[in-house]
Amino acid sequence: MLSRTSARAAQRLARAAARQQPQIAARSYATVESDIFRPTKFGSKYTVTLIPGDGIGAEVAESVKTIFKADNVPIDWEQIDVTGVDSGSPASAEELFRQSVTSLKRNKLGLKGILHTPIERSGHSSFNVAMRQELDIYASIVLIKNIPGYDTRHKNVDLCIIRENTEGEYSGLEHQSVPGVVESLKIITRPKSERIAKFAFSFALANGRKKVTCIHKANIMKLADGLFRNTCKEVSAEFPGIEYNDMIVDNASMQCVSKPQQFDVMVMPNLYGGILSNIGAALVGGPGLVPGCNMGRDVAVFEPGCRHVGLDIKGKDQANPTALILSGSMLLRHLGLDEHANRISKAVYEVIAEGKTRTRDMGGDATTHQFTRSILDKMEHL
Amino acid sequence: MRPRCSSRRLHYLPGKSPTTTCASWLRCTQLTALQRFYSQRVAKFNGVKDSNGNYPVSIIEGDGIGPEISQSVKDIFAAAKAPVTWEPVDVTPVFRDGKQTIPEETIESIQRNKVALKGPLATPVGKGHVSLNLTLRRTFNLFANLRPCRSIAGYKTPYDDVDTVLIRENTEGEYSGIEHVVVDGVVQSIKLITREASERVLRFAFQHAQEIGRNTVRVVHKATIMKMSDGLFLKVAQDVAKDFPGITFESELLDNTCLKMVTDPLPYNDKVLVMPNLYGDILSDMCAGLIGGLGLTPSGNIGDECSIFEAVHGSAPDIAGQGKANPTALLLSSLMMLRHMELTQYADRIEKATFDTLAEGKALTGDLGGKASTSDYANAIISKL
Repeated sequence: MLSRTSARAAQRLARAAARQQPQIAARSYATVESDIFRPTKFGSKYTVTLIPGDGIGAEVAESVKTIFKADNVPIDWEQIDVTGVDSGSPASAEELFRQSVTSLKRNKLGLKGILHTPIERSGHSSFNVAMRQELDIYASIVLIKNIPGYDTRHKNVDLCIIRENTEGEYSGLEHQSVPGVVESLKIITRPKSERIAKFAFSFALANGRKKVTCIHKANIMKLADGLFRNTCKEVSAEFPGIEYNDMIVDNASMQCVSKPQQFDVMVMPNLYGGILSNIGAALVGGPGLVPGCNMGRDVAVFEPGCRHVGLDIKGKDQANPTALILSGSMLLRHLGLDEHANRISKAVYEVIAEGKTRTRDMGGDATTHQFTRSILDKMEHL
Repeated sequence: MRPRCSSRRLHYLPGKSPTTTCASWLRCTQLTALQRFYSQRVAKFNGVKDSNGNYPVSIIEGDGIGPEISQSVKDIFAAAKAPVTWEPVDVTPVFRDGKQTIPEETIESIQRNKVALKGPLATPVGKGHVSLNLTLRRTFNLFANLRPCRSIAGYKTPYDDVDTVLIRENTEGEYSGIEHVVVDGVVQSIKLITREASERVLRFAFQHAQEIGRNTVRVVHKATIMKMSDGLFLKVAQDVAKDFPGITFESELLDNTCLKMVTDPLPYNDKVLVMPNLYGDILSDMCAGLIGGLGLTPSGNIGDECSIFEAVHGSAPDIAGQGKANPTALLLSSLMMLRHMELTQYADRIEKATFDTLAEGKALTGDLGGKASTSDYANAIISKL
């Protein structure tokens, strides 16, 4: 199905890119060239679902809206304030969630903050996970790259985490056999492993990356992770131009904090993706700086790569909107609005590089509003 | 005749001393609930001295570089006059009743001595092999894996002053080994969490925190997604915490732990982290990465009856027998063992000599950027004792 077409699409793209080298950098998705995405467009404007999310969501979404508006980006937001925080009326929360799914299905495109998942409420699965499963946005992409001018402990980190989003440990299948004994099922299937593997290789090809590393724990989970690993290996045979290796997840996380430069594209099941994207985010400066997106057959939802709600700094005007702004500019590239995307992301990078206005997580004392203001000022000169 | 209990766990019979032999299966199921589970001290060492006043310790030298680094540890212990006699044992797998297991003498030796030190073992490649580590864990019911990580002065990494203590549940969780193919191309792997195993490891974590003087225990979980399994682990932790009023109990999502630890590990220096199997596996190796790799990190597998201390790095067959290997991990593990045996003063002395040697940087092995051989390094430590 998709995997095959997307592989071909990617190969086509790569051949085209090889002919005209300079254009390769802007395009980031394997599936873009084919016409499977038909975003809703009225006149010359696109309609995009905006889900600010909980915690810092409202503040950073505000920042994105201001910046997009200032740049006259041809996007109309369809904002839905779905929340995972217990508001006392689960029915209305559920209703809003249904609305957001319907809206995403209609618009095919979304920009999303993170929804809170309470531990206490039983029988309530995470809205984040439910949304990914419902829309079948199976591939999560997290781009981990040092931002020039903002030094962290590790230099020259440039890796990309491709994570299976819809099965594995997040299947949500659990039961209590007898009191005090709980079983939780991890499901790995060949079709889903194959499609994520193909996605990863196509992504690597389309973005000029050299190596794909499969992350697994097949020495212990011989059947489940073994299936994932074998499938990746089989898929790798179809992409002879890309180097392939695999690594056990505990070793990978150790290598990540000691020699992260060795990694390029990494593909993995659900839970390991959660772990490694957090480790990765910490390498380059935290969850406020890492953009990401979730891709499916029909729908693409862009959200910060490192999924933190930030309830602790909610409403304090301290949040770093960079992750959501960069996710937004990925969305613009996805729509082919490269000019807007380049201007916005360039402004963000320059503000951070200058170092005068930085939010608290980057060691500055600027508020979200001040940071947004500096980006707007910078954009006027670009 | 009624069937005998096959478990090797301690059974507490009223009015009798603890025993591993048990009258019947029926009786046993009633009594297993009363084992260590409710005891005040989990995993206390109760070995006995031999006629020379030394504690016998089983040693599994291991493969590859194992014999060399074991020799260094033996030399250093001899120089420090640690009251330990080594009892070499062999763990070459044997097949009994079609099941892979370790030789009976080895099991007896470790059960008698209550402690063992283990070098790296090469995992046999091929299908159907259970790793020897797993076999050892199951045989002796080693329920907790204790992994402290401390920065070594003299070996520079991007992170300074790391000093984390991590405890990992060792018997169930994602590594339960229960997996099956539902139909071709669909695999189910079961993560098993039980109240009993969770309580045991959590109780150990709290007691360990008390012993090493840390006043916070933090449980790492993913109960937002795995509400029942990790939820149970968290619930048990909350219950156990009530028995330890002097210790602060905290919980943290796995994602947050990964993020914060790699951003800045210092806030974890006054805490004991405890978590289910897989998370513990990943995070303990990640912590090792913070301080420079598995060659510098000790590990202890703690059980009800016996405990095995080991170097978790590989057997490095490529440099075996060349005198290049770094014995630090095994040495630090052996110091954990001494502390477990309450021979603290010996542990402190050897530890100081080791850290001084490493900080001086004159006699480092190749992996740390030096030129010294394994025995040079050991001699440098001995000269400091």
